[in-house]
Amino acid sequence: MKKFKKGMSLLLVAAMLTLAGCSSSTNSADNSSSNEPAEAGDAATADGAVFKIGAIGPSTGGAAVYGLAVQNGADLAVKEINAAGGINGTLIEYNFQDDECDNEKSINAYNTLKDWGMQMLVGSTTSGCCIAVAAESANDNLFQITPSGSSVDCISNNDNVFQVCFTDPNQGVGAAQYIGENAVAQKVAVIYDSSDVYSSGIYEKFVQEAANQPFEIVSAEAFTADNKTDFSVQLQKAKDTGAELVFLPIYYTEASLILTQAAAMDYAPKFFGCDGLDGILNVENFDTALAEGVMLLTPFAADAEDDATKAFVSAYQAAYGDTPNQFAADAYDAVYILKAAIEKSGATPDASVSDLCELLKGAMAEISVDGLTGEAMSWDSDGAVNKAPKAMEIVNGNYSLIQ
Amino acid sequence: MSFISYLINGISLGSVYAIIALGYTMVYGIAKMLNFAHGDVIMVGGFTVFFAVSMQGLPTAAGIILSVVLCTLLGITIEYIAYRPLRQAASSLAVLITAIGVSYFLQNMALLIFGANTKAFTSVVTLPAIKLAGGQIMISGETIVTIVSCIIIMTGLTLFINKTKAGQAMLAVSEDKGAAQLMGINVNGTISLTFAIGSALAAIAGMLLCSAYPSLTPYTGSMPGIKAFVAAVFGGIGSIPGALIGGIVLGIIEILSKAYISSQLADAIVFMVLIIVLLVKPTGILGKKIQEKV
Repeated sequence: MKKFKKGMSLLLVAAMLTLAGCSSSTNSADNSSSNEPAEAGDAATADGAVFKIGAIGPSTGGAAVYGLAVQNGADLAVKEINAAGGINGTLIEYNFQDDECDNEKSINAYNTLKDWGMQMLVGSTTSGCCIAVAAESANDNLFQITPSGSSVDCISNNDNVFQVCFTDPNQGVGAAQYIGENAVAQKVAVIYDSSDVYSSGIYEKFVQEAANQPFEIVSAEAFTADNKTDFSVQLQKAKDTGAELVFLPIYYTEASLILTQAAAMDYAPKFFGCDGLDGILNVENFDTALAEGVMLLTPFAADAEDDATKAFVSAYQAAYGDTPNQFAADAYDAVYILKAAIEKSGATPDASVSDLCELLKGAMAEISVDGLTGEAMSWDSDGAVNKAPKAMEIVNGNYSLIQ
Repeated sequence: MSFISYLINGISLGSVYAIIALGYTMVYGIAKMLNFAHGDVIMVGGFTVFFAVSMQGLPTAAGIILSVVLCTLLGITIEYIAYRPLRQAASSLAVLITAIGVSYFLQNMALLIFGANTKAFTSVVTLPAIKLAGGQIMISGETIVTIVSCIIIMTGLTLFINKTKAGQAMLAVSEDKGAAQLMGINVNGTISLTFAIGSALAAIAGMLLCSAYPSLTPYTGSMPGIKAFVAAVFGGIGSIPGALIGGIVLGIIEILSKAYISSQLADAIVFMVLIIVLLVKPTGILGKKIQEKV
């Protein structure tokens, strides 16, 4: 029966993709046509050469909050750069494709973008998709920078792929260190998704690092993609073992259920998550009071007081009517990192995809970028970023930075 | 003490499976077909209540009635468009595959109409949880309502099938369609009625499923649907009390294996138990053995 379902789903997926492909390509056509008249006098557009930057993420589906944020964040950066005259005088053309957080669809999106003439990729947004797409882009030697694909497997073995966000191990290690150093709790329970590479990646490193920290992991329970509605057992175990803090290295959809079920059983520990929890306040009709006091490690806070963040938040709100989350900031940074790397290397849009990739790879080792998600971000040869994490807490229905 | 609370958690999960399984088993028992779209009709029911009550601010009762009416119409339409044309001509396999197609059709329509973002469902149950042993054991209002609904529906269905003319017609159709037609029973009408009742049950199940696990996406019905199908087979598919027993037993096995064996392997264990039960008793716990007459 499952096989039949799979077969049918493939057919329908193919049909949906054709439809989705059509609609998003008309969108990007609209965007570029609205940009072009304004810049028509520019020397760079006169010879028709542009940098073609593609982006991939789930703009529909369970992780749509991330994909939409990436879509808009990168779009905002592209518009700003084009309005300021482009990169070394060359304008950027931008095209975003939906992957619904599905590996196969992400590869389809990648192929659609390649047919369009993509030279550099901002994506994929989620780890699983990013790993799938990175295998393809490594074959093509196409320069890829993922705003939020945080698994190590996104960048390991693929020297053409770079990350804006932390790798999962760094998130797991960072979370354990934060809990230990700030004495947030003594007894910690973990609930993680064993069928998800992001979640289990963080979990493994968290457990390793916890051994060096002054707290104890009293229960570690998993769930899987097929069994992610009932968390009564996992919560009951955390409660029975007296955990004061429940670490949730998972995405916000399940986390919102966990918070609801914990409240129903009168269990109120501190909840602590990573960047996957970013978005929990946007779940439609979700009682945000349940998320009050939830802590998360994420590199961007929309209410931060520095000028760059304020300017970004107000421009984003004006353009898309929504407060940007970390993913929007990651994608915005990703485009500016591309810009910095292109400027450093002196690359021109007429270079082949592979030559461009070689030039940019060289430049990535040398540049240091001040972005929204970190000061003086630099990259090692694997493609992992060096920057300091920030901890946030949900207060009065808003993310606010813990000083 | 924790064992008792696991057991109660198991019963509450199982009661959700049971109420979905009732619809599955009802349609299978009469029409002799597996309606894989059942889980997705449940999802439609959940969304209807969500939009009526949480978004439009209608009273809960109105939302429930609207959802039941809409799902009933949807069930009749699906049967009329997708299943009826295949009933005479094609093999039962064709109907099965059509049902899977309908299931995906509903999911993708929901994706288009409602979007894929998770929606937090506001529980329609206002009954407070019962606390025992100083708050250590808790039975949620949703669980109580679900179990009570299961028992009412089960009794109602049994009475309906055994005591009314329409119910007797259903029994006759399930035994032998050809013979029933010869006796003057409107077979198409009877099967339509079966789907109408099955889908009305799906609306109620959807509402209770979403109240117990308040997250609503276009895929909300699909996994519980499959689990409930397993529960129906477990209890003996076609048997109405079997669906209740199958659902509860399945829920308890799932929660206890999560609690005492492995939270990762819970599904594997559930399906393993299913295989063992079917090896020992191929018709399920309460299933009747049907002698094929030659």
